[in-house]
Amino acid sequence: MTETPLFTYTLRLADTALILGHRLSEWVGHAPVLEEDLAFGNMGLDLIGQARALYTYAGEVEDRGRDEDQLAYLRDAGEYKNLLLVEQPNGDFAVTMMRQLLYAAYAAPFHGALARSRDATLAAIAAKAEKEMAYHLRHSAEWIIRLGDGTAESHRRAQDALDELTPYAGEMFEVDGIERALIEAGIAVDPATIRPAFERTLDEVLAEATLTRPAGGFSQTGGRSGRHSEHLGYILADLQFLQRAYPGATW
Amino acid sequence: MSEKNWPLWEVFIRTRNGLSHRHVGSVHAVDATMALQAARDVYTRRGEGLSLWVVPSNAITASDPDDKDMLFEPTASKIYRHPTFYEIPDDVGHM
Repeated sequence: MTETPLFTYTLRLADTALILGHRLSEWVGHAPVLEEDLAFGNMGLDLIGQARALYTYAGEVEDRGRDEDQLAYLRDAGEYKNLLLVEQPNGDFAVTMMRQLLYAAYAAPFHGALARSRDATLAAIAAKAEKEMAYHLRHSAEWIIRLGDGTAESHRRAQDALDELTPYAGEMFEVDGIERALIEAGIAVDPATIRPAFERTLDEVLAEATLTRPAGGFSQTGGRSGRHSEHLGYILADLQFLQRAYPGATW
Repeated sequence: MSEKNWPLWEVFIRTRNGLSHRHVGSVHAVDATMALQAARDVYTRRGEGLSLWVVPSNAITASDPDDKDMLFEPTASKIYRHPTFYEIPDDVGHM
C-alpha cells in the first residue's frame, strides 16, 4: 500500500497526540493531588481532541473510507507513527512533567508554524492546538522549575527524568523524504525553524530549575517510521481492547 | 513525597465583562503562580472564566458565626431598604 506524504504526515501528528493524550489519561485517579489529577485530564483531553481532528482529516486525505475510530483503534503498533518520546512510561511525577515539557517546548512553536501552512485544514487544527500547547508548556515548565529547584529528592528525580528522556528529544527534529517534499510545498513545518525556540525555552527553564542538560549525542529514532519501543504494544492493548474484543461496539 | 499540606487559596472567577469576580471554591497550591494554574484546571473546564483571582485563604478575615445575630439580625426588620417598592422598566434590562 502506498501512502501519500500528506496522509503519513497527518497520521504522525495524530498518533503522537493520541499516545501522549493516552499516557496523561493514565494519571487520572492516581495523581498526587486533585488539582494535578484534573490538570492531567485537561491536558490529555486537549491532545485527544487534536488527535481526533487530525485522524478525521487523515481519513479524508486517504479517501479509503477510514474514520477517526478506525485509524485509532484498528491499526497495530507497526503502523503507528508517533514520536518515541510520547510512548515512554509515565514513571514518577517528574518523568511525566519532563516529558510534557520536552514535547510542549517543541509543540507550541511547531503548531504556531503549522498554523501558517498552505493546507487550510492543518492550519486550522494547529491554530487551536497552539494555544493548548502553550498552556502545557507553561504548566510543565512551572512544575519543572519547582521540582528542580525544590528539595534534594525532587531535584534528583527531575534530573533523572531529564537524563532519561533527553535521548528521545532529537527525533522531533528529524526530517525524512516524506516531510521534505511537504516542507518545500509550504504544507509541513521545517523543524529546523522552530529548534531555536525549543532550545531557548529549555535552556531558560532548566537553568531556573538548576538542572543540567546532558551532553548531546545519541538520539533514539524510529517511531515515526513505525519502529517502536516495547511500550507501545501495551498502550494499544489497553487503548484498543474494546474495539478488538467487540468490533463495531458503540455507545 | 512530603506529607505537609500545601497552602489553601480561594478562587474567584469573572465570567463576563461587566460582572464581578465571584467566589467559586478553593485549591491547594505551593505558591500564587501554581494556584492560578490549579484554579484554571479545576474551575474553568467548561468555559466559565474570562479572569481569575486567587487569594491566600489565610488573608481573609471572616466574621465570627457567633456574632451573626448581632451583625445581621437588625437588618431583618428594615424591609424598606430593599429596592422592591418601584418597578424597573423593561428597557433597563439586567440590573
